[in-house]
Amino acid sequence: MAYILIIISAMLVNNIVLAQFLGICPFLGVSSKVKTAVGMGSAVLFVMTLATIVTWLVQTYILNPLGIQFMQTVAFILIIAALVQMVEIILKKISPSLYQALGIFLPLITTNCAILGVAILVGNGTYNSMGLDATSLLPAIVFAIGTALGFMLALVIFAGIREHLAKLPIPEGMKGVPAALVVAGILALAFMGFSGLV
Amino acid sequence: MKEETTMNNWKNFTKGFIKENPVLVMLLGCCPTLGTTTSAINGLSMGLATTFVLVCSNIVISLIKNLIPDKVRIPSYIVVIASFVTVIDLLMQAYLPGIYETLGLFIPLIVVNCIVLGRAEAFASKNGVWASCVDGLGMGLGYALALMILGAVREVLGSLSIFGWQFIQADGILVFVLAPGAFFGLAYFIAVVRRFNK
Repeated sequence: MAYILIIISAMLVNNIVLAQFLGICPFLGVSSKVKTAVGMGSAVLFVMTLATIVTWLVQTYILNPLGIQFMQTVAFILIIAALVQMVEIILKKISPSLYQALGIFLPLITTNCAILGVAILVGNGTYNSMGLDATSLLPAIVFAIGTALGFMLALVIFAGIREHLAKLPIPEGMKGVPAALVVAGILALAFMGFSGLV
Repeated sequence: MKEETTMNNWKNFTKGFIKENPVLVMLLGCCPTLGTTTSAINGLSMGLATTFVLVCSNIVISLIKNLIPDKVRIPSYIVVIASFVTVIDLLMQAYLPGIYETLGLFIPLIVVNCIVLGRAEAFASKNGVWASCVDGLGMGLGYALALMILGAVREVLGSLSIFGWQFIQADGILVFVLAPGAFFGLAYFIAVVRRFNK
């Protein structure tokens, strides 16, 4: 039950894009079509889960025992950059079709602050774990999956709206990003309705 | 000749404020812009922390640009940036614990702020130390100014106070300090700046 609550909390109540403001760049950049939004969302789901597992292992078995928690930022960003590169190479070899679908999004993910943000939250054990031990691995993985699903959900809804937005007459100064930000604001208002859920 | 370089430096310094403002014109570093501008003070301190990292990393990168092989330049830049992020993280934790607490996750996330890596790649890797330092300072202060103005507007509308000073004893329009207000505020801010940049 607690695991379901973690997913609902990470996906809807504390949506990473609309409530935590992480991963705004890909949110605004690659969300003009529903198809690319799904692709980006799946790439984030894949890398976020993997990155959370690896950074958790590094935090628990290297940084904490040695007492060098201050190296967290440097270590995590390097791990994520290396991981993304590795995933790219492996996918290219073993599953060309999946690489075709996710490939172009992978390089963008290194600088996606949502990935590093989740890794740091998990590393410090400061995410909402619904009463479970925040420093153990399984709740962390569930939290990462929930967060990534929330990212994908926001991205897909947003892309759906933007496909229609392109056909509307919008004043010159508001064209493009400002109009998209207003839409995101209205979406954020809608997501605030979930706030009493968990 | 001397006069010309002074002119150039002045241009490098001022371009970050309006003409090439990193967040309002180039739309880089949106995540902290939305996430930390709940008040003028928070926006300003986030901007100044980013300025510190920007200036330091620009100086170091322009010094070592000839030592780094072209292929590994991005990872090397990231390590330099992450080191300075760790420095400002520890400094703020020690001397400004209140602000550190409110900015929270966004301090370590300066490392994935596109502005910092963007200036390293686009300017510091091609120019001398002094020019890079001036460029970092101008860009950083332009960013800080934008964050402070957005934070001040949200604070005035949302809680009827400015820099923590309550000028009317009443409740503001609460939505402006919550997540949707960030999106609306930035949308109209960008639209206004576009109007003046024409």
